Amino acid sequence: MTSTVETVSTMAEAARAVAQGATFLAGGTIVMRDVNAGEAAPRIVRTIDPSLNDIRISGDSVVLGAGVTMAQVLANRDLEFLHPAARMIGGPQVRNMGTVGGNLFAPHPYGDFAVALLALGARAVMAGQSGGRPLDDLMRDRSRSPALVAAIECPRPRAGSFGFLKVSRVKPKGVSVLSVAALLPREGGRIRGPRVAWGAMGPGPMRGASAERLLDGQELSAATIDRVVQAAAEGLSPPTDAIATDWYRREVAGVHLKRLLEQMERG
Amino acid sequence: MAKKPVHFSHNGVERAAFADDGQNLLEFLRRGAGDLSPKYGCGQGTCGACTVMIDGETQLSCLVLAESIDGKSIRTAAGLASDQLDPLQVAFMDHFAAQCGYCTPGMLVSARALLERNPKPTREEVMEAISGNLCRCTGYEPIISAILAVAEGRAQA
Ligand SMILES: Cc1cc2nc3c(=O)[nH]c(=O)nc-3n(C[C@H](O)[C@H](O)[C@H](O)COP(=O)(O)OP(=O)(O)OC[C@H]3O[C@@H](n4cnc5c(N)ncnc54)[C@H](O)[C@@H]3O)c2cc1C
Repeated sequence: MTSTVETVSTMAEAARAVAQGATFLAGGTIVMRDVNAGEAAPRIVRTIDPSLNDIRISGDSVVLGAGVTMAQVLANRDLEFLHPAARMIGGPQVRNMGTVGGNLFAPHPYGDFAVALLALGARAVMAGQSGGRPLDDLMRDRSRSPALVAAIECPRPRAGSFGFLKVSRVKPKGVSVLSVAALLPREGGRIRGPRVAWGAMGPGPMRGASAERLLDGQELSAATIDRVVQAAAEGLSPPTDAIATDWYRREVAGVHLKRLLEQMERG
Repeated sequence: MAKKPVHFSHNGVERAAFADDGQNLLEFLRRGAGDLSPKYGCGQGTCGACTVMIDGETQLSCLVLAESIDGKSIRTAAGLASDQLDPLQVAFMDHFAAQCGYCTPGMLVSARALLERNPKPTREEVMEAISGNLCRCTGYEPIISAILAVAEGRAQA
């Protein structure tokens, strides 16, 4: 079946079309596959609204327009904390096309950038609404985007408090066996309010509650890391796909979380 | 089905053509603009055979909506040679970097984009630049050597 594509000039118009059931086309790296296969929704909407590509940097946070591409993130030195995640999204062509907004709704095993944003405690600004919505809410039902995301507000982590790691079989551009990100704010040497997020370990990016519980209030020491690693996969239900089985993902989750935490411990 | 007029620069030549609703850029270039250099490999963005430059950036033409290139500049492998071959094309021949040749136009576009951004890439940077282009014949070594030869000025133009 062929699809009809509408081009509108503002996000507000696009949001109205999406509310009526249209599929939003951003970078197209996922939507166009469906279009090519004749499996896309009959109505597709895209916008040429330039605000979609805005990047705003302030002291303690950054705002990324939903249409900002991975390549744009990588070209911006103020976004260095997001580079390890952006660099791991596909090959160069995909990074030139794929957007921040699209990554939030990319199906398994995709969504590695969203994993980083989830750990950072980012919020989504929905088109036509003021105030941000925690990504945690948005990630709970990714299967269809409830409304249009206009931008992402992301707190800037203190130096050394954030880490991201992606594991893939084909390097440098394979899809995820898993990805994991950790934000470990520290007060007087102790971790306060850690956030751990996993990719490819559930239906979409999700928080690692067991790891967070065991990190909270602790020093990032070898003993802490050992305890966290034991419980890393608790509460996660990874899918089985062509890349790995659920069993394998659970088995190796702790190993990779350990590598990430040790890397952060060394600073 | 609605047809949409698209004005674009095609390898330096201003052109206009009609795009079908939902048509991808690869089909548009091959059928609408008669440029057969971008290849159809997978239609899913995995193989890179359809790689073209849009305003200087490599993109996968099979995943680009044709009408979205209105007002933009498209470069394909067909536009690399002028009266002479591009040094990359010569180096690909000298290094036997093409066997079946299906990935070659995409490889050339990715390599050209790299050298314009970074004329002296390291081996790692070359590998990264072609990581979105699959080749099932050469094992990549001859391709990497050809690109490095041009970067290091060892290839005859
Ligand atoms: C070869 C290849 C390799 C890839 N590798 C990776 C990888 O390693 N890691 C990874 O995470 N992803 C990967 N991807 C998937 C994809 O490219 C990225 O996830 C990208 O960020 C998706 O963004 P997009 O703009 O192209 O999305 P689109 O295809 O435009 O949209 C994807 C979905 O998001 C919705 N959407 C888009 N923008 C918004 C918005 N602002 N508000 C609400 N909904 C929205 C769309 O309606 C659609 O449902 C790969 C894709 C390909 C083709």
